[in-house]
Amino acid sequence: MAKALPPLAVCALRLGDDALICGQRLSEWCGHAPALEVDLSLANVALDQIGQATHFLGLAGEIEGKSRDADALAFKRDVMDFTNCLLVEQPNGDFAQTIARLFLFSHYQELLYAALAVSKHERFAAIAAKAVKETAYHATLASDWVIRLGDGTDESRARMTAGLDWMWRFADELFEADEADAALGVDKAALKPAWDQRLDAVLADAALERPASRRPVLGGRKGRHSEHLGHLLSEMQFLQRAYPGATW
Amino acid sequence: MSEPSKEWPLWEVFVRGKGGLGHRHVGSVHAADAKMAIEHARDTYTRRMEGVSLWVVPSAQITASDPGDAAALFEPAEDKVYRPPTFYSIPDHIKHI
Repeated sequence: MAKALPPLAVCALRLGDDALICGQRLSEWCGHAPALEVDLSLANVALDQIGQATHFLGLAGEIEGKSRDADALAFKRDVMDFTNCLLVEQPNGDFAQTIARLFLFSHYQELLYAALAVSKHERFAAIAAKAVKETAYHATLASDWVIRLGDGTDESRARMTAGLDWMWRFADELFEADEADAALGVDKAALKPAWDQRLDAVLADAALERPASRRPVLGGRKGRHSEHLGHLLSEMQFLQRAYPGATW
Repeated sequence: MSEPSKEWPLWEVFVRGKGGLGHRHVGSVHAADAKMAIEHARDTYTRRMEGVSLWVVPSAQITASDPGDAAALFEPAEDKVYRPPTFYSIPDHIKHI
């Protein structure tokens, strides 16, 4: 399906899917976080992401021009049609693993939105200009936790190290670009040095080693996902699958 | 020796609703330090555009009046109606008083 879409619709869909799956994953912490304040903090980030997803998926539907709105794209596609990066669908694990995922993702997302905000494509620029402020906060929040956990107790340090180790192989996919990205006019690969610099600075503050490079895992943009996404969707899409078209 | 507390310390949160107004006490959050307290206060108390500025103060730093002294401290004011400036009419265009 994704192949049949105009390149800009593909771009909007990817941006929307990244934010949607990131938000859905984070929302799984609701009621389970280590402290009430952290529960609210993660839920806030989740809601910001789902808000961004609504805008980008809505835009993807408009560009496609087949009367699919954001809800149709979120709830009525199967797993092979999702174009999010593999990073955001990775399981929450413990709190440190969730923070590791948000840390890698939100710095990328902030840099991407900052570049998009000055794009010639006005609709993308408008969404990105608003969202970049939210994402800047997410990046700060995640970085603060990386430092606290990394430079905390032996246990928190071990958990933060394990969390980063889990997520690291999915980082390269963030900066992967194809012809659809070329249509959008944002050079994702060019964001990588700034991302590296940001992460290295935080990892140094956290007294953590940068995980060793390893063979990157790719495929999310083409719909080749890990088993985790199917489970996530079965929960997120349950209502529309069980009661198609239900409204309230 | 007692175990160190596993709870983060408590912080009192004050929010400035908009420029020109004072910070008002809105509640409290648990946090390990001042930086985390500001983040938790932001996420707990300013999610719905409640404010433009935050203060956090360690709750332990607040000195409260003794409830047992309430009669001596506050009741004498009850019959001093001449102290509230209620005998002035306030023009409609004055908003914050």
